[in-house]
Amino acid sequence: MTKTYLVELDEHLCKGQSCAICQQTCPQGVFDVRDRPTPQGVWPLQAARPEDCIGCLKCELLCPELAISVTPAGGPVAEPGVPQAARPAITPDLGGWATIPSQLSAGVHFLSGNEACAEGALAAGCRFYGGYPITPSSELMVHMAHRLPDVGGAFVQMEDEIASLSAVIGASWAGVKSMTATSGPGFSLMMESLGYAVMTETPCVIVNMQRVGPSTGQASRPAQGDVMQARWGTHGGPEIIALAPWSVQEMYDLTIRAFNLAERFRVPVVVLADEVVAHLNETITVAPTVRHFNRARWPQDSPFGTEADDGVPPMPAFGEGARLLITGSTHDARGVRRTTDAHTQEQLVRRLANKLLAHHQEIDDWESHFTADAERLVVAYGSVARSALWAVQEARRQGLRVGFLRLKSLWPFPDDVIARHADGCQEVMVPEMNLGQVAREVERCVDVSVVCLSQTDGELIDPRRILRYLLEGRWER
Amino acid sequence: MSASKKTSVPQLRGRYLRQATPFCAGCGHGIFMNAFLRAADAVKLDFGRTVFVSGIGCGAWVPSPHFLADTLHVTHGRAIAFATGIKLTRPDLEVVVISGDGDLTTIGGNHLIHAARRNVPIKVFCLNNWLFGMTGGQVSATTPQGAITETTPAGNPHRSFDLVNLVRGAGAPYVARWPVARPQWLRRGIETALQEPGFAFVEVLSTCPTQYGRANRAQWAEKQATVPWAMLTWQEANCISRRKVGEEGAAGKIVVGEWREGEDA
Repeated sequence: MTKTYLVELDEHLCKGQSCAICQQTCPQGVFDVRDRPTPQGVWPLQAARPEDCIGCLKCELLCPELAISVTPAGGPVAEPGVPQAARPAITPDLGGWATIPSQLSAGVHFLSGNEACAEGALAAGCRFYGGYPITPSSELMVHMAHRLPDVGGAFVQMEDEIASLSAVIGASWAGVKSMTATSGPGFSLMMESLGYAVMTETPCVIVNMQRVGPSTGQASRPAQGDVMQARWGTHGGPEIIALAPWSVQEMYDLTIRAFNLAERFRVPVVVLADEVVAHLNETITVAPTVRHFNRARWPQDSPFGTEADDGVPPMPAFGEGARLLITGSTHDARGVRRTTDAHTQEQLVRRLANKLLAHHQEIDDWESHFTADAERLVVAYGSVARSALWAVQEARRQGLRVGFLRLKSLWPFPDDVIARHADGCQEVMVPEMNLGQVAREVERCVDVSVVCLSQTDGELIDPRRILRYLLEGRWER
Repeated sequence: MSASKKTSVPQLRGRYLRQATPFCAGCGHGIFMNAFLRAADAVKLDFGRTVFVSGIGCGAWVPSPHFLADTLHVTHGRAIAFATGIKLTRPDLEVVVISGDGDLTTIGGNHLIHAARRNVPIKVFCLNNWLFGMTGGQVSATTPQGAITETTPAGNPHRSFDLVNLVRGAGAPYVARWPVARPQWLRRGIETALQEPGFAFVEVLSTCPTQYGRANRAQWAEKQATVPWAMLTWQEANCISRRKVGEEGAAGKIVVGEWREGEDA
């Protein structure tokens, strides 16, 4: 007796006569184009003569839509498919603050800024480093290559900085805290993945030991030319967080803080250091314990959306059964692409900004001195603030009422902090190693005269030059 | 495998797919998806413990958002770099990259050769349709010399990558090339690649009837047939199994098969 087959073609899946691979491949002529189209306007194929089928399966295997099923007639009816593994029961993990023992022994250590940054990362729980060597950040990477295996982490030297940050983002979704470090030219290459991290709300830390630019500039000389790039370098204009350490101690402390902020807000955090603090050697004091923040992981019902318009959603990791849909394209709360939906786009970009802006008081970080009676205010950040503080102290000694404000966080820009400290001053001065990137932001925040004390020659600004300006009002050499 | 014991097509769709495929009528990528799900089912690839990573382009849409698994849909060309970070962090998870020739070998070629050299145990499936399909059909690193694309209206003046030799040369322990016109070879090839212990690269010879097929219509022998079928027929006739290549060579045909480290070309 001849074996007969059941040939089923799902007309809702079929793309119709412009495909027709089944019709062409069938040696028995089983298929025809149906005589009427679907409501969608597709003229689907149909199994017009299933009795002629010999079960060769060519149609089933070549159907690009998985629309054709050939089974022996009278055989067992297949149950509808079910997903292989049910969602595993994972204990709700709401993350939050915890205290862990420090990786380094408590007490005083003598380290370079690069080494202190690496140790800060390890202390904060960083367990993945992907990077590419570049002056002046290479020593950080070397330190991580030696230290990460000690703590059960993974280290990889990638083929470029695009790949480095890409791997870091992959590691973050695999469930660990991850980082990379670089300098100007490498930071430029990272702009692509930085935007992806913003859009996918991936916590990660990027250390930029700023050097002289543009382009390859002067590799071993300090600069502060990447402040605006950190904020605006990737397309689409997102909000990020950037911190500016001024000492080896702060390379340690602010790196820990960078990881905590990244986890708290699910955002890439840039540590905007510079060549001076990278290569500086100083003593630092390490506390016996470290307070660190861990991302909320479950429940994961909407890993890309919250009811609040400034919320931070939970972030499950790969392999936890969440069946994550992660994309750099505009997506809804579940991660499903909505690439032509105006409302979803607006809602997403607003929340990505609001989750930082509405909570900027958790992020803003600064120190100030002599501001109570100040008539003039010096605003500085990074290594330049070391020169600026000396100059302000010296000016005070000579009777000038000058105040000092050091920004430890640069993005989101601490508008309120600037305005508050400049209140009552007639002049605000911003010494910086660029053509006035922070000075222009300060101008936005105050209604008094703002002077940029700009120096871009690859030398750390001499404290005596700042003092001379305070005393004589003369910046020219 | 007897027909009664096999996983039915509705079962495959229900187990592994979130939704219907997004491809143009007759797209070779759909045939790959069909073969991949059969292979994954046969080797019991656990979609709950597999991460699919893809970049930009038509090929990248095979896993994301369609596969019912963790999917990471990334920037153009970088899928392998993201996958490297995942695999090094979670060696216990399967990490599978599925993307196109434009993505993996044109903009992302550097990541591909370095991943092959590092031998990070990820599986890479490169759906080679010989051009950039999604952007309208521009020349890629694998477009054959002379072929018409939107950006080579007088024919591609440049030679194309031989992906098997490229990735072998970069040190990959396992490289294969299979055509969608031979779905049984393709399925078995995918099964093998998924079970390889190290880095595995499979060049899938796909077809793009919409862009490549129409632009190069003169190439297809069967003028009466639809473009998808004409391309599949051409592919079947112009591929030769590596084992069948004799003394006289491949006679201009595309050699398909698998190559392991240490074997002669």
